[in-house]
Amino acid sequence: MAWEFLTVYWREMIRFVRFRTQLFSSLLQPALWMAFFGIAMSSNFDRFTSSIPAPAGVVPLDYLTFMAAGVIAMTTLFTSLFGGMSLLFDKNWGLMREMLASPMPRTHIMLGVSLSGMTKSFIQASIIMAFGLLLGVQFFPGYSAARIALSILGIFVFVGVFSLGFLLFSSTISMRLESPEGLQGIITLLTLPLFFVSNALYPIQAFPPFLQTLSIFNPLTHLVNGIRYFALGGDFFAVGARYTSTTADVLGSFAYLVIFAAVMYLLARRTFERAVVT
Amino acid sequence: MGGDDIIEVRDLEHAFGNFAAVRGISFTVKNGEIFSFLGPNGAGKSTTINILTTLLPLQKGTVRVAGYDVAREPAKVRETIGIVFQEDVLDRDLTVRETMEFHGRLYGIPREERRRRIDDLLGIVELESKRDERTKNLSGGMKRRLQIARGLMTQPEVLFLDEPTQGLDPQTRMRIWDYIRQVNATGTTIFLTTHYMEEADMLSDRISIIDHGRIVVSGTPAELKDALGEDVVYLETEDDEKARDALSGIEEIRSVTESPRGLSVTISADGSHCLPRIIERVRGAGIAISNVNLKKPTMDDVFVHYTGSELRDAGA
Repeated sequence: MAWEFLTVYWREMIRFVRFRTQLFSSLLQPALWMAFFGIAMSSNFDRFTSSIPAPAGVVPLDYLTFMAAGVIAMTTLFTSLFGGMSLLFDKNWGLMREMLASPMPRTHIMLGVSLSGMTKSFIQASIIMAFGLLLGVQFFPGYSAARIALSILGIFVFVGVFSLGFLLFSSTISMRLESPEGLQGIITLLTLPLFFVSNALYPIQAFPPFLQTLSIFNPLTHLVNGIRYFALGGDFFAVGARYTSTTADVLGSFAYLVIFAAVMYLLARRTFERAVVT
Repeated sequence: MGGDDIIEVRDLEHAFGNFAAVRGISFTVKNGEIFSFLGPNGAGKSTTINILTTLLPLQKGTVRVAGYDVAREPAKVRETIGIVFQEDVLDRDLTVRETMEFHGRLYGIPREERRRRIDDLLGIVELESKRDERTKNLSGGMKRRLQIARGLMTQPEVLFLDEPTQGLDPQTRMRIWDYIRQVNATGTTIFLTTHYMEEADMLSDRISIIDHGRIVVSGTPAELKDALGEDVVYLETEDDEKARDALSGIEEIRSVTESPRGLSVTISADGSHCLPRIIERVRGAGIAISNVNLKKPTMDDVFVHYTGSELRDAGA
């Protein structure tokens, strides 16, 4: 086993810590979503949905709690989609040649970059959870310490696999594109449908059938499913709808994300092995 | 592999789409020498260096570096070479030490060995005091020195230097030349590309002049210069007629003609060595000199000489 990808990871993390603006904005942005969008929307949604009674025996959750999972998912999506950007700069500034001319296997470049992107997503997810709890998000209701630890681990596994898939995707695009503007365009084009055709901010039960079908193919929906399952349990009531999910459902979502990441890995590997950068 | 040739290139061709950048070149580089590729921008120098360093795939021909075929064993080639790129290829936000550290780790050099080599190399290129400085704060010359140190980190058998002194001031260039000579003295073969005639002249054991993707001529600097021998000294004196007589008998002088700017003396050897004698002679004959001007051959002259055509965008 070669460990050179850790070298790429090490450099990516130095950059992350050193680009002060990037560091602070990436840490602050999810907190701002929670603080402004979350509070503003929850005061509205909770007013509308409070008229719909929760079925007997099911825990009703407020909107802020419901959407906190969505904000974790959304932040992971954004961070991962932009994660390949550093490769594009490496390429344009000639820095990539140093790596390509070295004996390090080329797949290690993308593995190192992906690992650092995952780390950033873990940091962001932790911040959202901590900040959310301060704002009154009711994650892990009545859980024991052991179950909380296990749930956080479950959330991280979901966030990790999901971000890996999108980081590899972003790396592939970055290697094939010339300009950061192009990458930005593609990301913007992708984020809107991925984000809105998902269950991140609202239930998909009320979607028209066509959008519902689409949302089931959306990896973001499966990430949100996983986070909610671990943070809120398998049966809760929010935004006027009841959510039940079994272990099998969650494993299904996980399998979908694993397959997505695997396909992206193959695509990225093909791109990196053929890459010619001079 | 033939004897002590560390690089063997045969019938190399490379095209980008319809544009043939390299059109069938063959050459060898001997183990331990400094070999230069001299030519204008766009001549095919960088393309060749990129193929030799495995950054571009081989299209046609055979290339062996340190005994390994670049097409069949690129990983082996990568382990045996070091590269100093043409532009400043440095991560702006890494420190000098981290830049070296990163490179050493890419090549899997063990930690202790890495530390030792970083200390040694930063000493050689005189950057110890900049160890923890970020590379964006370094001067142009320091950046180039750091890249040379980085290229040596892996103790390569061949060090490739692509335009090592482009854009540097003369003083810094001379220091870089010193480092290159030092590195070569330890046995490392140097392959360098340049479009500066004097750089190739000062450093190389052998030079190949390349233009339009073809090698125009190869030889030692002396051989190439002898064929050229075109240094010209312009002299303005109070009496050009007498001065002309005074100059007869210096054997390196090929011809003396009168021009509107005074005497034009063409010299077959290095003009700067002849100049003091020329001045002594004229002064010795009691003739005052009001102006002296030495014109060295430029890349253009070399090109005109060997190719019969003008040099494209020289020095760009």
